Parts: sequence; C-alpha cells; structure tokens
Amino acid sequence: MTIRTLRDHGQHYRPRMACLKKVEAFVVEMQDPKSGVKASDQKLNITSIPHVITGQDILAWIVTKMKVTTEEAQAFGTMLVAYGYIYPLQNHRKLVLVADSTLYRFQTPYFWPVQKWPAEDIDYAIYLAKRNIRKKGMLEPYEQEHYNNLHKWMNYKWDFIVMQATEQYKASKERKKPDRVVLDCQERAYWIVHRPPRRTHSGMDYGLDRLIDPNAEENIFLTQALMRSAVKSSVSLTAFVKYVTTHHTHDPLLTNPVPSNPWITDNDEFWQLNMRNVDIPTKLSVERWALSFWELISDQRGRADFKLFLKKEHSGENMAFYEAAEEMRWGAATAIPEKSQFIFNTFLKPGAPRWINIDGRTMGLTVKGLDCPHRYVLDAAQTHIFLLMKKDTFYRYLKSPVYKDMQKKALVPAPHNFTDAQLEANAKNRNPGISPIVLWQQQEAEKAAAAVAARPIDVKAMVATNKLDRK
Amino acid sequence: FSGSFGEVYQTFHLSIYMSSNNKFSISPEMATQEVQPNETLSNLKAESDTLKTKLEDERAKLHDVELHQVAEKVDGLGQFIMKTRRTLKGHGNKVLCMDWCKDKRRIVSSSQDGKVIVWDAFTTNKEHAVTMPCTWVMACAYAPSGCAVACGGLDNKCSVYPLSLDKNENLAAKKKSVAMHTNYLSACSFTNSDMQILTSSGDGTCALWDVESGQLLQSFHGHAADVLCLDLAPSETGNTFISGGCDKKANVWDMRSGQCIQSFETHESDINSVRYYPSGDAFASGSDDATCRLYDLRADREVAIYSKESIIFGASSVDFSLSGRLLFGGYNDYTINVWDVLKGTRVSILFGHENRVSALRVSPDGTAFCSGSWDHTLRVWA
Repeated sequence: MTIRTLRDHGQHYRPRMACLKKVEAFVVEMQDPKSGVKASDQKLNITSIPHVITGQDILAWIVTKMKVTTEEAQAFGTMLVAYGYIYPLQNHRKLVLVADSTLYRFQTPYFWPVQKWPAEDIDYAIYLAKRNIRKKGMLEPYEQEHYNNLHKWMNYKWDFIVMQATEQYKASKERKKPDRVVLDCQERAYWIVHRPPRRTHSGMDYGLDRLIDPNAEENIFLTQALMRSAVKSSVSLTAFVKYVTTHHTHDPLLTNPVPSNPWITDNDEFWQLNMRNVDIPTKLSVERWALSFWELISDQRGRADFKLFLKKEHSGENMAFYEAAEEMRWGAATAIPEKSQFIFNTFLKPGAPRWINIDGRTMGLTVKGLDCPHRYVLDAAQTHIFLLMKKDTFYRYLKSPVYKDMQKKALVPAPHNFTDAQLEANAKNRNPGISPIVLWQQQEAEKAAAAVAARPIDVKAMVATNKLDRK
Repeated sequence: FSGSFGEVYQTFHLSIYMSSNNKFSISPEMATQEVQPNETLSNLKAESDTLKTKLEDERAKLHDVELHQVAEKVDGLGQFIMKTRRTLKGHGNKVLCMDWCKDKRRIVSSSQDGKVIVWDAFTTNKEHAVTMPCTWVMACAYAPSGCAVACGGLDNKCSVYPLSLDKNENLAAKKKSVAMHTNYLSACSFTNSDMQILTSSGDGTCALWDVESGQLLQSFHGHAADVLCLDLAPSETGNTFISGGCDKKANVWDMRSGQCIQSFETHESDINSVRYYPSGDAFASGSDDATCRLYDLRADREVAIYSKESIIFGASSVDFSLSGRLLFGGYNDYTINVWDVLKGTRVSILFGHENRVSALRVSPDGTAFCSGSWDHTLRVWA
C-alpha cells in the first residue's frame, strides 16, 4: 500500500546523510596543512608514500579539536576509518583507529561515501576483474566468492566488464609507480569499506534499504490537532519531576537495591524476596504500593494484598470484574462470546451472585452492548469500576489494618557485603531459578482453583450428593 | 460498523473503522473529501504550512517553562559507574533485536543469520534456539507469560513459537504464523497477554493481530514511509501505543479505533526507536540525526533534546531507567550514552561494543539493561 518511488541514489544513502556531512567537515579540517594532523612521507616496500599520518596524531588532534576524552576520540576516530575517510596502510582489513604509530592516510574525496553514486556491483566486478588480470588470479577467498557470484549473474555483461578492466589496467600502467601504489591502496580501501570481508566492521554496512513516500496527506490531521486541548508545560513538567523524585529510591540503577543487585553480586536473593507468592514482602515494595493505585495492582504481591482487603470489606466483586474485563479485552477473539456471557451472568444481570454496583446508564449501555459482544464492550463499566477503586477503595486500603500490618511486618533485608572470594564463589554458583513456564503453569492452576472456589454454592447439587446433612 | 463487530476484514488496504464512542474519528465528509481541480499541490502545501504555524503558536502559548528550569531544584546525579556484567556470545551474525522476559532474567534475541535464541542472562546459559526460514530477523518479543516468543523480519511475517520445558523438542514444529505484512517486519510486541500482538512494518503500517486465529484486529495507517519501531503505553488505560518511522514522525495511536491521535515531527531524520516514559505521559525517541528527544503527551510538544556536538552518529535504540531519571541510548558509533532526562546533560558514556549497538532494553525491574550489537554479542550492564 505504500507507494514506492524509484530508487533515488541520493536517497539511497539517506539514512546516513546527516552524519556524513558533519564528518566530511571534520575531515576537511584535519587535512589543513597548518592546523590539521601532522603528515609525513613514509617508506613502504621501496616506494615512498606521501602524506602519511599516525594513529596517535589523529587521536590527539580529535581530543583537542572536539574537546572530548581519549576514549570518545578513539570511538570517533574508529568511525572515520569505518566509513572510509581514513584508511590503514598495513592491516587494511581492520577498520579501527589504533592510537599508536600505526600508519593511516586520508582517502581521496573521489572515494568518499558521501558521493551521490552508490558502490554498484558492476564497478566491483570491474575492480575484481582488474585485480585478476594484474595479480594473475590472486584474489582473497572472500573476493573470489564475490567474483564467482558476479560472474554468474552478470555473465551477459562480462565482455564489457573485462574490456573496462583491461582499459583501466592499461591506464594505470602508464602512471608513475608511486602514484600507482597510492591509487591502488585507495581503491582497495574503498572496496573494503563497501564490500567488507566477513570479520570487518564497516560503517557502510548499514543494513536494509528504507523506502519513502513523499506524497503524504497532512491537512486533515493538522486541523484535528488544533482542536485538541493541551496542558500547560509547567503542569506536565512538574509531574515528571515529581514522578522521578518519588521513584528515585525504587530505581535500582540510582539507589542500590537491598540486599544487592543480582547482576553485580551474582546473588539472586533480591529476586527471591520479590516473588509473586512470597509471604512477607520487602519494605521497599510495600512503600511502592502506596505511590498509586496502578503501582499497587501492577505488583502481583500488592494485588494479592489488595484482594485480601477487599475480601474483608466484602467488595471483592469489583476487582474480580476488573480482572475478567481485562482478560476479555486482551484475550483470544474466539473466547469473547463465552467470556461475555460468563461476565454477564456473574456480575451484571439482575440478581447476579457478584453483582457490581455501577450507575444505571452505564449498566444499560453495557448490557445492550453485550448483545453483540466485542472486546471493548465492557470498557465503560471497567473504567467506572477502576476509578471507583482508585479514588475510594485504594485510600481506605492504605488506612486499613491490612496495609498497616503489612508495613510493620515488611522485611528490610540487610545489604550484602561480599568479600572478593565470596563474589568469585557466587559467580561460579549462579542460581538457575525456576523456568517461567513452570511458574506460569502454577499460576494458572491457582487461578482455576480460585475460580472453582468463587463459584456460588449450588445447594441442590450438594443435597443430591449427600454432602449437606438434612436434619 | 456494518453488521456485527466480529466481521473484521483481513485487508491491507486503507479502511476507516468508525466507532460510536470514539472522540477522534474523522467525520465522513472529511474522509471522503475529493480533491477539487483547483487544489494544486502548492495550494495544499501552503495550507499545510499555515496550519502548522497556527498549531505551533497555540502550543507556544501554553509553554511557560522549560524542563531543565523545573528540574533546577532536583539534585544532580554525581558520578555514575556502570560496567558490563554479562556478555552473551552465541550468535553467528549481527544481533538485531532483543527483549526481556517478565521474570527479569531471561532474554530473547534475534540476529541477521535467522537465529532466535532464548538465554537465561543471569547464568548466561542458552535455553532455546530457533532457526527462522529467513535472514534479518529484525523483531523479536517475549510473551508476558514467559511461555512463548514472537519474531519476524524479511519474511514479512510475525510468527509465535511456544517454548517448551523439553530441551530436545523442535520448537519450529509448533510455530504459528500470525501477522502478514507486505514488507519487512521491523518491530513486534505482545500486548498485555499472549493472545495479541502488535506489529510494525516496512510497508508503512502497524497492525494488531489475534494470535490464536491470525486474524487482523486493527490496522494503523498514517506513516508515509517505513515504520521502524513501536512501544505500548504502560498506563492504566492501556489503550494507546506509539510508533516511529522513516518519515521523521512519531505517532500516537488509539488501539481501539485505529486512529492516529497525536503526531510529532521534530526530528531531522529517521526515527529508529521510541519508548514510553514510565508514567505513560511522555515518550523518548532516538533518531539517525544523532539526537534523542523527549515528547510530552499532555502538553503535546517536544520538551527536551539530548544531543552533543561530539555525538554525530545516529541513535538506534533508547530506553528509560525505572524512575525515568536516566535515558540510555545505543548509538551507531558503537557507544552507549546515558542522559539525565530532567537536566538534559549526559551522565556517562559506555564503551565495549565493537560494532553498532542495535538494541537496548532496561530489565523489567530496572536492575540492569541489555544491549545487543552488530558485533554478534549482547551485554548486560549494571
């Protein structure tokens, strides 16, 4: 359904265009004869190569120019090599900046990745064919593989390719030796970046192509956006700050969790103390339940405690209805008619065993909607019940003996203080824990048992099976 | 709706679902408005520009304070040290995506060579491995129950694999094909149960699917280019999700009606990753323009830009810490930057990966975060 435009080769590099333009500016500055990186001539296998720079000089220049740490400069320098702006002279497959006397050269702008023509397969074929002629078949294994593939599917053009390769070879022979060596190095560096061998991390290896459709219709949307109401910045931003501040102590990456962060000490007691069915929860958890109703019911242990409170208040049907509605909303499509029937019989019909108390209008709409049940049919009723619990029941829960009792009983585990030897031992004996599949099966079994227990007692059936003693 | 709601047409073409209690529906007149002959492209563009300016003016009236001003009273974070605590080696090619299990220690990851691996990151043991019939598995997700994983990529589909306690069982045998798009699958996520999956694709759409039947429940049209990422709202109403695409837009969608209810276009390049703020009232995005941005949903505007002159390469993946104070961003220059969300400053930069960081998620209880990279490894940091 997306209209696909013809592949525009400028657009072909679009995902990376922004960063490449910035990098280009840097590279130009680096080559400035006065303020750029110090360059010198180096002897390499008889020939003398001009304008050679060392890794450490590059690093030092970046640190000064960008005002960053050595490590960041290292990362940026590696990017320069990975994108092919600088190429290493010796270990030409490793596209990393090594901060010592390793030699590099600047790539000629002709071969920069920011150019608007892509590295086409036909150019690669010509290059490989040319190499073949020169070194008489001395291609590296990965290049040989590419060559064989290209030969197969570009076979119809092969005469043209060989002709081009021969022409280029003849032209290069007429150049002076030092120029030829430099040009060969540059071309080889270009192709390593654009057709990287297996273990090379090249910046031009960017993944899949992305397409774009420029003819989007926006005006209807903008008109709607104008009609929408928005909140003042001071109000919403203050809310963010408040959220962050209240949750600061609960964030394990900001406040060390007690007894310890399992990933750091290799001891998983923290997770065991916070499991769903633990008897006594930790103080931190209990405090977190008080932050908001949503936090309370998001924590399974908290939800269990809340349900206990509701049982004492004899208003357990609210939570049960909420859970049943959630199950319907997120459940399988085929289960919807059955679930809606069950919910109607249990919670909504007049005289239902767990009848929920919602206003007449909502009840009317919901019951009517249940004629043609869909997954969102209970939304109005569910929101009503949720808000009821959030605004009223929740606050009574916080003041109740159930919660206060839990606050007193809650554990404050002592922080771990492992010696190095103990840490090593922990690392060797990491607890494999219980598979989530097993935990899920346990949970489902508990739910089924609870559903059976919650069903209204059928007196006649009990009499029939002689369970009820008629005296 | 024509007839009962149950008649959902499995179609990939533009359909407008009208709901009776949906505040944001497009009126029938607007939806079927024909383009008049004198409405040239330039007229439409001019109208679009005037509307945009008007919208910006309206929003600016409500913008009475900046985030870092409100955050002045908050304490600074001080020195922040995080290290690699686990390195997961086993993928034979670029790691493209990862997701945590709700048990806070298991992870599913997918890679370019078609392999999907389920790890117990705490012990670093591999628990399950599946070989997909396609390469470039760009999306993977762990089911809320912990009993299944979903994945997809170049096969244009999203498939669900139920996991088994039997190590020798061939998981591919029970595979269930759920979603079908007309281009690559870029991201997928289970909703609050194992029974529904939300997907985004290179065909420019997002879609909600019923796992059991493979039925398309709702489709979301509005992006003008590939949709690259999505995230479900953590809020109590749980009805919305966000998506980011190559058209530089981040859209907020209503899952019930399929409508786009909010849209933000301030990035200068593709949006690679979107993630909700823990409270559900804001979200962050990471883009190829080398910035991460924070958008306030209630004020309907961008409220912070996380960038530095020395950060030039795109951010591929972002996530918040549990309190929302920290924003972790994985970048294409092989580094991970840690930002102070409130103050807008960079707290720390983490090195270690040897190729671009492609996936980054904080664990469900916030004790650590995991980064997946094109260097074939995953790292857990704490």
